[in-house]
Amino acid sequence: MPQQDLLKKKFDELKKKKKCGFISFITAGDPDFNTSYKILEKLPNSGVDIIELGMPFSDPMADGPVIQKANDRAIKNKMNLKKTFNLIKKFRKKDIITPIILMGYYNPIHKFGINNFIKEIKKNKINGVIVVDLPPEEDNELCLPIIKNKIHFIKLATPTTDKNRFKKIIKNSSGFIYYISITGITGANYKSNIRLQTEIKNLKKLTRLPIAVGFGIKNKKDVKKLSEYADAVVVGSSIIKRVEEALKKKYNKIKLINFVLNYIKSLTSAL
Amino acid sequence: MKRNTYKSVPDTSGHFGKYGGRFVAETLVPLILEVEKAYKSIKKKKKFINEFKKYLKDYVGRPSPLYFAENLSKKLNGPKIYFKRDELNHTGAHKINNTLGQILLAKSMGKKRIIAETGAGQHGVATATVCALFNLPCTIYMGEVDYKRQMPNVFRMRLLGAKVEKVKSGSKTLKDAMNEALRDWVTNVNNTFYIIGSVAGPHPYPEMVRDFQSVIGYETKDQIKKAEGRLPDFLIACVGGGSNAMGLFYPFLNDRKVKMIAVEAAGEGLNKKHAASIAKGQLGVLHGSKTYILQDKDGQIIEPHSISAGLDYPGVGPEHAWLKDNKRVKYVSVTDNEALDAFKICTKIEGIIPALEPCHALAYLIKKAPRMPKNNIIVMNMCGRGDKDIFTVAKKLKINI
Repeated sequence: MPQQDLLKKKFDELKKKKKCGFISFITAGDPDFNTSYKILEKLPNSGVDIIELGMPFSDPMADGPVIQKANDRAIKNKMNLKKTFNLIKKFRKKDIITPIILMGYYNPIHKFGINNFIKEIKKNKINGVIVVDLPPEEDNELCLPIIKNKIHFIKLATPTTDKNRFKKIIKNSSGFIYYISITGITGANYKSNIRLQTEIKNLKKLTRLPIAVGFGIKNKKDVKKLSEYADAVVVGSSIIKRVEEALKKKYNKIKLINFVLNYIKSLTSAL
Repeated sequence: MKRNTYKSVPDTSGHFGKYGGRFVAETLVPLILEVEKAYKSIKKKKKFINEFKKYLKDYVGRPSPLYFAENLSKKLNGPKIYFKRDELNHTGAHKINNTLGQILLAKSMGKKRIIAETGAGQHGVATATVCALFNLPCTIYMGEVDYKRQMPNVFRMRLLGAKVEKVKSGSKTLKDAMNEALRDWVTNVNNTFYIIGSVAGPHPYPEMVRDFQSVIGYETKDQIKKAEGRLPDFLIACVGGGSNAMGLFYPFLNDRKVKMIAVEAAGEGLNKKHAASIAKGQLGVLHGSKTYILQDKDGQIIEPHSISAGLDYPGVGPEHAWLKDNKRVKYVSVTDNEALDAFKICTKIEGIIPALEPCHALAYLIKKAPRMPKNNIIVMNMCGRGDKDIFTVAKKLKINI
């Protein structure tokens, strides 16, 4: 089976079950390689359908303070793209069915080299890539080479996206559409409302790709509400906030890991 | 690229060769496309051109003089040195040329709120000033480190009615201020206009800021022709993001006989902490454009260092990267200490207290001028005055004031 089908297979499966998928976001190497691996390996058993893994970057312009700090922690502990691939390699030895998406900013990828990046993605059976600062205007940089290699390139749509813009966005995108619920940074306040519901309904008329909704989703109630009309929900900052909290409380590694996973389970139980 | 021209960039997608572009989050793309469209339409309109010119003349005090620095020329015993005196502008630097242009654009687009980043505080003051003039609320992002070393400018911004946000993330300098401004913009995308202070950021900013700043070069061309009956042999300017240099150079780019030198901040030395993105940076993407960036082997941005807050940035405008590749401009660097020496020399013998930024250009000039032909003419962009730097300089010279 070509590796990109894992993602499609997952969404097909969810559709059949009439279930909204849960995408968890954590930063690779936060707070360190081993702890983040321990969290990663238990995500599928915690109700996570798709794993989104953040590639640390020193200047995450679209992220709020929680994810900024996660990036800083990971970088401080010498996390980089190569080790991110090692992390996934280790995970893939045990799990070959959970789809993994890499998310991050372009500069570390550019530095790593496009060809190397694609080679590692294939080698480690990673299913898709989201790059925050590569809009369709810059498709030549990475999107087209990625798609050519049959890896999903997932694009973002936002409340500022109108119909024409959306058509441009979906042109070279695959996997799913990541809909940003608010104009703002990660971890900001999300409000479930009619506007969001209408926007997603409208987007669905324009694409057959599943639509995942993220940014600012903080609790079971948000997840539940969104599951009524989104194909998947993405939760990031509020998971990482648990890492931050556990570190602040000086929990040992095992307690930290459980603290984070229990929180994720409490969210996924809403679906 | 068209043959025989250095003025064919950026292309319609905002690229200067392989540099530039629009590397921003999707939320911002519709807005920056709107800014581009609005700018393209407004820049040809007589009403806008006249209004811009009027404010430059009556409010900023342009044209700024082109001053023959006779004492310095004599002392160095080399070519004739001219200063383009943009430090005499209202607010004390070249930054206001650009903020005026951008606020007129923001107003025409019906934007109700202004944000900006600032390093030395000159761009912040220039933005706060035009916001006071046009009665628009503004928030200025400033790294905590810069905030502390440029207190007079923080106070000025506050007096002008701006909200100054201290940025505590990352290296707490200009790049982090820009990150924070971008985060604000993404959040308040509907009513806010981001006045970027350098020839950096996503297209159309590098082009737009260059255009607004090119008044420096156009004036220089007229003035030097009047003073000397010919064009200069050299232009020299400091480069952080590179807006004052682009402003001076741009009108001369196709005058092949005019050589150009841009001076980066070598900080404590090129093998130590510095801010010399062209000398030591590598190709990468930061803050919306592809250019030379100070980064480590993993592509993480390196915290730059310069005594001058205005040059303390880990990237450089994409057009500079392009001009470097095309060998149209020569890029060099000088250290903190060399800039400081230039500061002292200029103050003592010309009676002009320069900002630490142009002191970099001055330091290179002081080094090279004695070995240059006496019949040469050099124009240096004195892009800011040094009032804001007196505390930094005093500290460095270990003097209590």
